[in-house]
Amino acid sequence: MRSWGGLPEGEQRELRVGWQDQVLSVWRQQVLPAGCGRSYGDSALAASGAVLNTCGLDHVLAFDPASGVIRCEAGVTLGQIMQLTVPRGWMLPVLPGTRFVTVAGAVANDVHGKNHHRDGTFARHVSELALQRSDGELIRCSPKHHQEWFSATCGGLGLTGVILWVELRLRPVSGPWLDAETIKFHSLQEFLELSAASDDSHEYTVSWIDCLGARPRGHFLRALHSAASEAAPRPGVHFKVPFALPLSPLNRFSLKVFNSGYFHRQLAPRKSRRVAWPGWFFPLDSVGHWNRLYGRRGFRQYQCVAPAEAISELLDIIRRSGQGSLLAVLKVFGDIPSPALLSFPRPGVTLALDFPWRGAKTTELFKRLDAVVFGNGGAIYPAKDAHMSGADFRAAYPRWERLEQLRDANINSLFWRRVTGAV
Amino acid sequence: MTRAVIIGATSAIAQATARLWAARGDYLLVAARNSERLATVAGDLQARGAAQVEQVVFEACSETDYAAFVQEIWGQGVDVLLLAHGSLPEQATVQDDVEASRQEFETNALGAVSLLAAFAPRFEQQGSGQMVVISSVAGDRGRRSNYVYGSAKAALSTYCQGLRSRLAGGGVRVLTVKPGLVDSPMTAHISKGLLWAKPEQIARGIVRAIERGSEVVYLPWFWRYIMLLLKLIPERIFKRLPV
Repeated sequence: MRSWGGLPEGEQRELRVGWQDQVLSVWRQQVLPAGCGRSYGDSALAASGAVLNTCGLDHVLAFDPASGVIRCEAGVTLGQIMQLTVPRGWMLPVLPGTRFVTVAGAVANDVHGKNHHRDGTFARHVSELALQRSDGELIRCSPKHHQEWFSATCGGLGLTGVILWVELRLRPVSGPWLDAETIKFHSLQEFLELSAASDDSHEYTVSWIDCLGARPRGHFLRALHSAASEAAPRPGVHFKVPFALPLSPLNRFSLKVFNSGYFHRQLAPRKSRRVAWPGWFFPLDSVGHWNRLYGRRGFRQYQCVAPAEAISELLDIIRRSGQGSLLAVLKVFGDIPSPALLSFPRPGVTLALDFPWRGAKTTELFKRLDAVVFGNGGAIYPAKDAHMSGADFRAAYPRWERLEQLRDANINSLFWRRVTGAV
Repeated sequence: MTRAVIIGATSAIAQATARLWAARGDYLLVAARNSERLATVAGDLQARGAAQVEQVVFEACSETDYAAFVQEIWGQGVDVLLLAHGSLPEQATVQDDVEASRQEFETNALGAVSLLAAFAPRFEQQGSGQMVVISSVAGDRGRRSNYVYGSAKAALSTYCQGLRSRLAGGGVRVLTVKPGLVDSPMTAHISKGLLWAKPEQIARGIVRAIERGSEVVYLPWFWRYIMLLLKLIPERIFKRLPV
């Protein structure tokens, strides 16, 4: 078993469960609860090497099409929820970049989406959850009841216990379609202006940037739900990368060509299209195992949030390093607070890039980027991280100590051990 | 609207199949031994779109009154009956244990045979419907690694063959499903290779076979040929193979 970025970090073996009543019986040692393995770094790898995989807890416990409240077991994926609820007029209010994540993983990482500026993070839409502790205690918590357990578990990286089920408030939706617009921009300033102008008018905004060009340029994407209600095709995987090549075909040259080609793919400065939800929210999901494109050595994703001024400095460093990224994503976060104790999104601009793993060269680049990010009061996303220093983490997430106090002694991740030293 | 009865509804294959039926809005009756898990399954199917889900706690053992159980659940009739209960024992722990060996036959052969015996006349009278029985490729040839389980499934497969022949022409079909290696909680302790299939894959195969009106289906399809090869090996050689 490896993480999405291809981190081996020693042996990881899986304990599997199919029913809630099995969790305590397999949990006889220190573990780490985990889902589909979509975390990039070491936050979903167990310190003990034993992962308690909750994907088998995949029952929908209740769904009320009148109120839009759904209660699912931990391992139900966001894609499954969407397929079930969209035809009945409801959808998840926050969706990350892939539908192949479990609902418990979405809670534990307090994931965000293209509508962060309007609807905040995932945890804001959770009405209740059940937490199994290793001592046998079962805690049902919500923003009102056992509030402290709730806020520690949201964004809690799976450390407070095993999430058995989650109850969510969905948002109504008239159909599966979105009206999307793609606008080209040629500077960071232009991007920021577009983003500011779209915040009020558009529910979803995100952009792709070419980080290897002489100056930042890219496509600004924004969308609104469409009133069209005809059925959309089922989401599918069109192509699967069958295995990882020994060497990555993604190098300085091919990335530059790809990025440039991608930028010019759209000739018009502005283009509108109607797109179904899978294509808008999860464009990468149509390529199965795209992480294998980076070869056997894997890749590292770098996702940070920082003030706009710092972003331009980061892009500068990246361009000069020549270590490029296939898909770099830029989005301005809103200021809606999350109930989660440790939540990554905060006001500022978030930048996410994938780098083919080149060992020391990549580490060196990350060090320089970190200096800018943390020097400007920014943060790095634990779900994507494999390198952040303990001091940087503790400065960016000052409430980590409270999470450590509430952590189940029989749970630990490689990430948590690395950044806090806790065992 | 289809009314389906699923026995052993908490098994991975049954759950995956029932979800496909729920998604198309069928009426479902689910039966299983563990009442708590059964309630979870019923709630799941309801949420996934089933028109209605009834649940009945049921255990296939020697004390069970099968006729009364079938009487209880028959209702207005059954379009599809899925028998999916079973247990996969560790061969080494049961093979020299008289009680355990009998127990495996009770669960995997006698339980299903009893149900089929009680259901058959009702289906025959109804003049329509399908009985879908989960057997196993393990029943195709006795092997040292799982002959207790395999022989019980062989009995079941042969029983289904006869039953199919008896009901032929009467509008009632019998489908024998022979899954190969399935990645389910029943096999969680075994490390998986290329031949393993997901319960969802098996479920899609079952639904397809029902639609086509197949008689015997191997799932995934390649098991038909693997088993054919295994059956062709002369016993003199086969008995020495470490399979």
